Order: sequence, then C-alpha cells, then structure tokens
Amino acid sequence: MEQFIQQLVNGISLGSIYALIALGYTMVYGIVKLINFAHGDVFMVGAFIGFYSITFFHLGLFPALLISMTACAIFGVLIERIAYKPLRNATRIAALITAIGVSLFIEYGTIYIRGAQPEAYPSGIAPLKSIEIFGVKISGQSLLILAVSFFLMIVLQFIVHKTKIGKAMRAVSHDMDAAKLMGINVNNTISATFAIGSALAGAAGVIFGMYYTKIEPLMGIIPGLKAFVAAVLGGIGIIPGAMAGGLLLGVIEALVSAAGFSLWRDGVAFVVLILILIFRPAGLFGKNVREKV
Amino acid sequence: MLKVNDINVYYGNIHALKGVSLDIRPGEIVTLIGANGAGKSTLLKTISGLLKPKTGKILFEDEHVAGKVPQLIVKRGISHVPEGRRVFANMSVEENLELGAFLRKDKRGIREDFEKVYQLFPRLHERRKQLSGTLSGGEQQMLAMGRALMARPRLLLLDEPSMGLAPLLVKTIFRIIEEINQTGTTILLVEQNANMALSVANRAYVIETGKIVAAGTAAELGESDQIRKAYLGGH
Ligand SMILES: Nc1ncnc2c1ncn2[C@@H]1O[C@H](COP(=O)(O)OP(=O)(O)O)[C@@H](O)[C@H]1O
Ligand SMILES: [Mg+2]
Repeated sequence: MEQFIQQLVNGISLGSIYALIALGYTMVYGIVKLINFAHGDVFMVGAFIGFYSITFFHLGLFPALLISMTACAIFGVLIERIAYKPLRNATRIAALITAIGVSLFIEYGTIYIRGAQPEAYPSGIAPLKSIEIFGVKISGQSLLILAVSFFLMIVLQFIVHKTKIGKAMRAVSHDMDAAKLMGINVNNTISATFAIGSALAGAAGVIFGMYYTKIEPLMGIIPGLKAFVAAVLGGIGIIPGAMAGGLLLGVIEALVSAAGFSLWRDGVAFVVLILILIFRPAGLFGKNVREKV
Repeated sequence: MLKVNDINVYYGNIHALKGVSLDIRPGEIVTLIGANGAGKSTLLKTISGLLKPKTGKILFEDEHVAGKVPQLIVKRGISHVPEGRRVFANMSVEENLELGAFLRKDKRGIREDFEKVYQLFPRLHERRKQLSGTLSGGEQQMLAMGRALMARPRLLLLDEPSMGLAPLLVKTIFRIIEEINQTGTTILLVEQNANMALSVANRAYVIETGKIVAAGTAAELGESDQIRKAYLGGH
C-alpha cells in the first residue's frame, strides 16, 4: 500500500511535467490548429538554459526557472514568427512538415553548438529533505515539482480567464475573424500564446532536469511525444484537458511500473493514444462545452 | 460619412465585387439588398477590413481605410455584426460584451455602455452570466449587436440580422435597429428580407452578382416594379 502511494506521488510529479508541456501543445493547437512538434525541443532548450544558469552563473533554482521561462518565451515567439507565420494560410500538412523540420533543426543545432554529450543537473539545488505523510515518504523534489507546476497552472488559468490577453486568446481560438472584428490583433495574440506555452515548456525542462538529473539534446523527443499524447487524451485544444491528461498519463505510467512492467513504461503512452483515438477521439474533455485556447 | 468608390474584390479567381460604389451620409439607415451570393457580405467584409480590395477606394470620414486592418477600422468607428452572429460561444454574455470594447480604455464609458446595451436588450442582462452558445438565435443576434455597440461605433454594419428568426423576433430586431439609429449611429443594413429592410431604411442599393444594379430612396425602390418582382415577392 505504502509502495503504491509512493508510486502514485511519483506519477503525479511526472504527470505534472507532462501537463506543463501538454499545455503548450494544446494552446497552440487551439489557436492556429497546428501540432507544434518543435515544442518538445523548446522544453529541451529550457532544461539547458536552466542548467547553464545554475552551473555557469551560479544562480539558484528559482532565478534559473525564471530565466529559462523568459528565454523560452522569446524562443517560442521567434519560432512562430519565422517558421509558422508565413504558412498560416498554407495547408495543414505543409505546416506540420515545417514543425518537424524546426524540431530537427533545434535538436541538431543544439548538438552542433554544444555537442551531443549529456550533462548532469547539479544535485543540491532542490530541497533534499523528504516529508513523511501517513507513513509515506514524499521527496522534497516531488513536492517542489508539484508546487511549481500547480502554481504555474493556476497562473495560467488566471491569465486565460481574467486578463485581456487571455480573453483575446480564447476569442481568437474560437473564431479568428470575429476576434478581428473586435479589434483584437490576431498576430500579437498568437505570439502571446506561443510565448506562454513555451515558457511553461521551459519551466518543465528545468524541473525535469532537476528530477532526472540527466539532460541531453534529444531529451525533448520522448517527453514531447508523451505530452502530445496527454493533450490528445484530455482533448486537444482544451486547457483543463491538457492538465488532466498529463496527470493521468503520469499516474498510468507509474502504476504500470509499480505493477512490475517498468519496461513497458514508455510504451504505455502510445497504447493510451491508440485507445483514445479509437474510443474517444475528441478526448476526455471533448464534446461538452469546449473551452479552447 | 462612408464613400465606397469603384472597388473590386476577388476570392482567388472569383471576381466577387465588380466596381461597386456606394455612399452613406451621417445619420442614415442605408440598406443593401440582393439575392444569396450577390456579394453583400463580401462588401461588408471589405469595409471592415477582413478582405482587401484589389482596386478602388474606401473613405470613412474623409480618411482612406481600404486595405487597412480591422483593428484600425474598429478604432476609427466602424463596427461589423457578421452574418450568422459569430458570438464567442465558449464565453459568457458579459465576456462577449467586454470583448466588444476591446480597444477602449475608458472604464467609465465602458460601464455606461454596458448599461445602455442592457437597456436596449434586457434579455442580455438576464442572461449575462450564461454561456452565449446556449442562447437562442434571437438572443445571439442581440448579443452580436450589443457586442458591436460596445465599441461605440459611428457606423454600424449589420449583415442579415433577421436571418433564421421568427417573424415576431424579426420585428423586435428591426425596432431596435431604428432605436440604435435614433441615438445617432449610422447604419448599413444588409438584408434578404427586402420588405422589412426598405420599411426602416432611408435609402437602398440593390446588388446582383457583384454589381450595384439600382439605387434610390427606400420609397422609390419599394415602388419600382422591377424591384418588387425580384425582391418583394412581386405584387
Ligand atoms: N471565402 C470564399 N471563397 C470563395 N468564394 C467566396 C467566398 N466567400 C464568398 N464567395 C463567393 O463570392 C460571392 C459573393 O458571396 P457573398 O458576399 O457571401 O454573398 P451574399 O452575402 O450576398 O450572399 C458568391 O459567389 C460566393 O460564392
Ligand atoms: Mg451574406
């Protein structure tokens, strides 16, 4: 039982990282109907920026997190402006192929610049003490991951529902022409969406590095794909769906591991993807009132 | 107030507006009538900046606005209520109205306009917390109009506001259009329901396959045999 709860906590921590990445996929899809396959690589870049901030500039975890989020926000906006914006009226397949190209470009660009060797996130930046709740030991890292990701998700909900830019994002994702008629600047709104989604991916990169300690230039591929599955699981384009999908996927993986099938852990996400596409293609949160961004 | 001068608009190879000109004076209700596919919506979209004319001029209060982005045109004082209402279904009535005032910064003025819109459409006030996707067609039309008014336009473009509404509601909507006009808003009203449109308008234009084929006062056009045959059920 204790073991089970511990695995559950691990699953929720991992799942909240997936959720942070999935939010970027889903927000971007909601607004420009593009699966941004470069999103996992923004996550990777975020992990490296965090790493260099900590090792090179001797910053603490939170400043590193902020720098990584800011840099990724700018990076995301640049990707959109340079690679995707010229294709806004092109076919979807053209945009998709471009996204894959951008993804490869970032991965191998990173290898070209700094080499392919992995780095180890410094230990000791996160609280090492664990807490015991009802006899279950929860690591300080897990708690930190949970705190950071839930905080960011709450901030995101606030932005999307209470601020002007958030309302513009919802309007554009629902009906671009109608949004234009309100005087909303669609280009800026799309940029803001990329900025926010990429900042979340950057944060996910840093806490991922802290949790798994090892980072490398191709590290974004698998978490990126899994976060994509999480977004589809929740219902692509739906913000609460991405959060729930990420958490659920993390928990499923942890339980599969706990049941003794840890070799299957990476595969189970894709089983989930296939099942959801067969039985509920709109996702868990699809169909009912769609809250797309 | 608005001068559309010889504009040509294309969708790819389709020549949708062929040298259209039209003139609106301050305070008027001008109606544009024509069959389905004649180019009415295309003209409104071009005025509000959703489409760019290939050639021709559009002057709003003596300023060139052809080809400008919608954002700028809304700011200048033209609001467009699109065909099919296009309310933001995933947002509440209140949020829709807020978005109508997106470019404004005068908090007090916005609050006043909320009051005005709710006075004009008491139904919207009753449903202000409701998701607009759950409103009836008539209520959505009211919301789309209210949302446009939140920008405090001097010229209001209405694209088929009576489409799909029960006759009683159509009457209500037209009465409200007249009310809006009486508070000083100039109106360009696109309709297929020519009878109703001519009954509230000062002047009218008739468009056929991308060309203006007749123009005159509403009374003149209402009496023209040709127009009656084509658009008024021909008695
Ligand atoms: N997005 C579009 N792409 C191509 N052709 C269009 C498009 N929208 C309208 N058209 C064509 O332009 C013409 C005018 O359409 P529209 O302005 O919508 O007419 P109306 O509003 O008078 O019914 C029609 O022939 C229509 O088929
Ligand atoms: Mg039309």
